[in-house]
Amino acid sequence: MTAQRIDRRRSRRRDLMVRYAFVLPAALYMLAFFGYPIVKNLVMSFQAYDFSTFFNGRAPFVGFENYAATLSDPIFVRALTNTGLFTIGSIVGQFVLGLGLALYFRRRFPLSGLLRSLLLLPWLLPMIVSAAVWRWILEQDNGALNRFLEGIGLISDPIPWLNSSDTALVAVIIVNIWLGIPFNVVLLYSGLQAIPEEIYEAGALDGATGARSFAHLTLPLLRPVVSVVLLLGVIYTIKVLDLIIGLTGGGPANATQTLATRSYEMSFVEFDFGQGAALSNILIVIALAFSIVYLRANARAAKNG
Amino acid sequence: MSTLTAPVVRRHRRRTGTAWLHTVVGILLVAVMLFPVYWMVNASLAPAGNSLNTGWLPLDPDFSGYSRALADQGQNLLTSLIVAIGACLLSLVIAAPCAYALAQFRIRGTAVLLFVVLTSQMIPGIVIANALYTVYTPLGMINSIPGLILADASQGIPFAILIMRAYLETFPTTIVEAARIDGCGHLRAFWSVVLPVSRNSLITAGIFSFLFAWSDFLMALTLTTGETIRPVTLGLYTYIGTNDTDWSAVMSTAVLSSLPAVILMVIAQKYVAAGATGGAVK
Repeated sequence: MTAQRIDRRRSRRRDLMVRYAFVLPAALYMLAFFGYPIVKNLVMSFQAYDFSTFFNGRAPFVGFENYAATLSDPIFVRALTNTGLFTIGSIVGQFVLGLGLALYFRRRFPLSGLLRSLLLLPWLLPMIVSAAVWRWILEQDNGALNRFLEGIGLISDPIPWLNSSDTALVAVIIVNIWLGIPFNVVLLYSGLQAIPEEIYEAGALDGATGARSFAHLTLPLLRPVVSVVLLLGVIYTIKVLDLIIGLTGGGPANATQTLATRSYEMSFVEFDFGQGAALSNILIVIALAFSIVYLRANARAAKNG
Repeated sequence: MSTLTAPVVRRHRRRTGTAWLHTVVGILLVAVMLFPVYWMVNASLAPAGNSLNTGWLPLDPDFSGYSRALADQGQNLLTSLIVAIGACLLSLVIAAPCAYALAQFRIRGTAVLLFVVLTSQMIPGIVIANALYTVYTPLGMINSIPGLILADASQGIPFAILIMRAYLETFPTTIVEAARIDGCGHLRAFWSVVLPVSRNSLITAGIFSFLFAWSDFLMALTLTTGETIRPVTLGLYTYIGTNDTDWSAVMSTAVLSSLPAVILMVIAQKYVAAGATGGAVK
């Protein structure tokens, strides 16, 4: 009897081990490529970790020195403001245009499915490709945008879109809006599709058509999807780096410097990994704050939907 | 009878008329959105040099940009392809069993792991790059293909786990149980029952893991230093960084770097659309 029970217990333990073996590779990977970097960044942010560290391995602890240096740096204030402006500008633009397109493509007309899937293309291209193309479009002397604006007589002198600190941030935001539209269209369109047609039919009987049906039916019913789209947009936008590095490199004169690009610059251009880590920790805290709001909103959407 | 149907026909005709009008406006909207893509192709066919004035239409296509792009960036394209395929395979091998376990096994710790996977997508890449550089340097993994594959999979793995888990949640447990009663072990049941049935979500996860790695710029920028191992995204960046930019070669490289996305969008439209919505709302 005991032998049998031990046998059964053994096979149960074996079964449990096999089950854990399924998650083990992923758990190890997440630990090494997310857990470790986060801890390492935290530790580095309290160390004098610079170029010499890579030679002599010494990285003395300096307390909050890196944070103090970061916060008192005038470029940090600039980067923080730019991150805010870049994020808000991008999100508002992407959302408004994305919602407009999603509502448009909701009507049934020939080829709408094909056109909708073509809209996805900007989202699928490597970001650095988009940066290269837009650099050429926004080029001062021969860029397509200035040629077009001059052609229709809207401007007489070419605008140095990416080369002037007055316009660079606006130009970068415009490009990021273009990049983000497909994502907004896809999610908002699928949200719109989930609203049953009968609700509109019933609403029409009560006199809710056109703008009124949009305000009183579409928007309230779309709200869970809207909050997910906006929060995910914020989470993705505050960490955008490729696009800005490719378009302006954070310049001119830090006009497009954000927390992400500044963190990159600190670590990999100035080789001050301590300050780079301090900056990216500030970025993590902001991103995680929005992530928690997102996960809550998502859970609520799942419960209601 | 004709008096009865005439208004109906007329109304129907008017409706198809407005429908086609919607199509025309829709085409215009998409054309505006895709203008940059058109402009990339157009500029890639312009004659070499720093293209003083590209025409609005490529009436006289010149392929010298492509020959220069292939000569300069051919090696980098190949590096990108190897890294992207490697990262795609690694992502699937690691993510598929995990997604299955998260969806079907009741074991401790899965809730924590799922939370970690969800939040990991929100960690800025620069955080990973900062730390990986300090580890890769002493390990000699800077400028290495395996180093890039491992780093690039950091986008594919969480995404693949979430996409496949969402599918496997809906997967009836009875099928696996039946196989288990027939004497299949967990691994056998996973391999010959679960994987074939979840083919679609596997393809979606694979496509996006590939595209994430192919598009990666940050890891290429921070974890490579020389010219021997240089993904094409970084090649493109160093191209535009030079003072005397040859725009037709730059745009040819951009077109070549866009090919995987375009090809996958055309041949695997269904899977791409599934990934676009599946990654965000679960």
